Amino acid sequence: MGSLQLKSVRKSFGTVDVIKGIDLDVKDGEFVIFVGPSGCGKSTLLRIIAGLEDATSGSITIDGAEVVTVPPAKRGIAMVFQSYALYPHLTVKDNMGLGLKQAGAPKDEIEKRVAKASGMLSLEKYLARRPAELSGGQRQRVAIGRAIVREPKLFLFDEPLSNLDAALRVNTRLEIARLHRELKATMIYVTHDQVEAMTLADKIVVLDAGVIQQVGSPMELYNRPANLFVAGFIGSPGMNFIDAERLGISDARTIGVRPEHITLSRESGDWQAKAVHVEHLGADTIVYLESEKVGAFTVRLFGEHHYQPDDVVFATPAADQMHRFDANGQAIR
Amino acid sequence: MSKARTSLTRTSLVHLALIGYAIISVFPVFLTLINSMKDRNAIFRNPMQLPTPETFDLVGYTTVLGQGDFATYFQNSFIVTVASIALVLLFGAMAAFALSEYRFRGNTLMGLYLAIGIMIPIRLGTVAILQGMVATGLVNTLTALVLVYTAQGIPLAVFILSEFMRTVSDDLKNAGRIDGLSEYAIFFRLVLPLVRPAMATVAVFTMIPIWNDLWFPLILAPSEATKTVTLGSQIFIGQFVTNWNAVLAALSLAILPVLILYFIFSRQLIRGITSGAVK
Repeated sequence: MGSLQLKSVRKSFGTVDVIKGIDLDVKDGEFVIFVGPSGCGKSTLLRIIAGLEDATSGSITIDGAEVVTVPPAKRGIAMVFQSYALYPHLTVKDNMGLGLKQAGAPKDEIEKRVAKASGMLSLEKYLARRPAELSGGQRQRVAIGRAIVREPKLFLFDEPLSNLDAALRVNTRLEIARLHRELKATMIYVTHDQVEAMTLADKIVVLDAGVIQQVGSPMELYNRPANLFVAGFIGSPGMNFIDAERLGISDARTIGVRPEHITLSRESGDWQAKAVHVEHLGADTIVYLESEKVGAFTVRLFGEHHYQPDDVVFATPAADQMHRFDANGQAIR
Repeated sequence: MSKARTSLTRTSLVHLALIGYAIISVFPVFLTLINSMKDRNAIFRNPMQLPTPETFDLVGYTTVLGQGDFATYFQNSFIVTVASIALVLLFGAMAAFALSEYRFRGNTLMGLYLAIGIMIPIRLGTVAILQGMVATGLVNTLTALVLVYTAQGIPLAVFILSEFMRTVSDDLKNAGRIDGLSEYAIFFRLVLPLVRPAMATVAVFTMIPIWNDLWFPLILAPSEATKTVTLGSQIFIGQFVTNWNAVLAALSLAILPVLILYFIFSRQLIRGITSGAVK
């Protein structure tokens, strides 16, 4: 229960193509994250799956049943919104139970499911309150609870953590990961935050300009990016791209090296460079360098290092961690 | 906060202007009220004077209430006003929801068409309206007035409400759709409670011109059974002799119901603002 197939799904608003043919297979129980920059179509795609937007063409099947003409409430989905979207005039309990009530579930069944969901999210104390009397984190938990109560085939999350502050974001992220383990439900999650994507997903779908750039597990995307876009998008600080000619490599156009795969030394190394700026983060030290040979690049060192701006250093990339890209930006394997 | 904004001269000037405006607005009402309680001589000799024991006289009120029909006039005014407000709010809000929520061909055009109603006074169409009412046999009925006032109020209602409805979060409506609420349920149970302050504003703006209107009652429903208060008071105004006591007393009485309605709506207004919405 809970698989999803998209086949050449397209969406245009007037003459603007937002989604340009998406094929995707989501297996039962998978946690899939759509990630990409603003305007890449990830939220639109989620809304098409939910049935809140109509696809211009293509087919969507949930559990093998075509749902293109099925209204959102009958698709067996539940959605958690960025702005929580709680009903302001209903109590937490009624907020969570409304979907079942509309579907005509018996009262004791609703009670039971609301009790179970509020137990999972430790919301028991707040059941009689209205959304206005809750904090941001509590509201988002209620919104998640409202989704759980419906026991859907598919959970859809639309940037659920964007409105929370940094500490709450981490807590709620852990909460969502725990829920996924406990419920074993299929979840589709949209975010522009790659940390959320890397930490939560079984499978990440990287979108750009309405096209899937790559689908894979977080480590696959990190270790084997399919193209320049994915290479630059996954990882922070972003991958360094160096013109292959400058390194004397002829069978590729661009060489990519992650900042954490370069070592620095004051004595000797492959590239001589001058430090431009240094960021000390405690666990990491990030050094921005400028080199005659390869141009500007970034190095991420683990632990504390006492480099200063204007220091002259030597950088050495790990030879087995170099990514090669051809003239079209595709990875050469 | 900047110093200039809290400076004493600035605030007192602002308050002076507001107080001045309040006095100008309230003064005619005040004058009507005090003179309605004076005898005829005192009204003309000293119109600005408060009623004194010598000049105090409730003859105006006894005349008005003694006429007997005034209860009916009040009832008529009340029925017409309340029914019109209810219809304006219902249809105005529904039209506003459709215009703000759904993308359909001619959406903008429809909005503009409705907005024209704000710019062109409905009285220009009086002759046609009268002919229509005669043809449908609605002359001298309260229905005629309710219909005309509803038509008169809807453009402004649509205009104000559609602006407010655009501010209601899309996520909230979508959450309702996923929870299986019908479009009607979304409208009545999610959107309307959130635009209640705007509804109260519209209700107040719609109510006052209807209650005060003389034109349409005079033309469409002048019969004794359908007279409104404003029209009823006219019997005391003659071409040669005017019973000022009675006119002023009738007007003073006419202020009361509208004041009550206003208090009801303004309470809604305050409650709506404090109810707290999406975030």
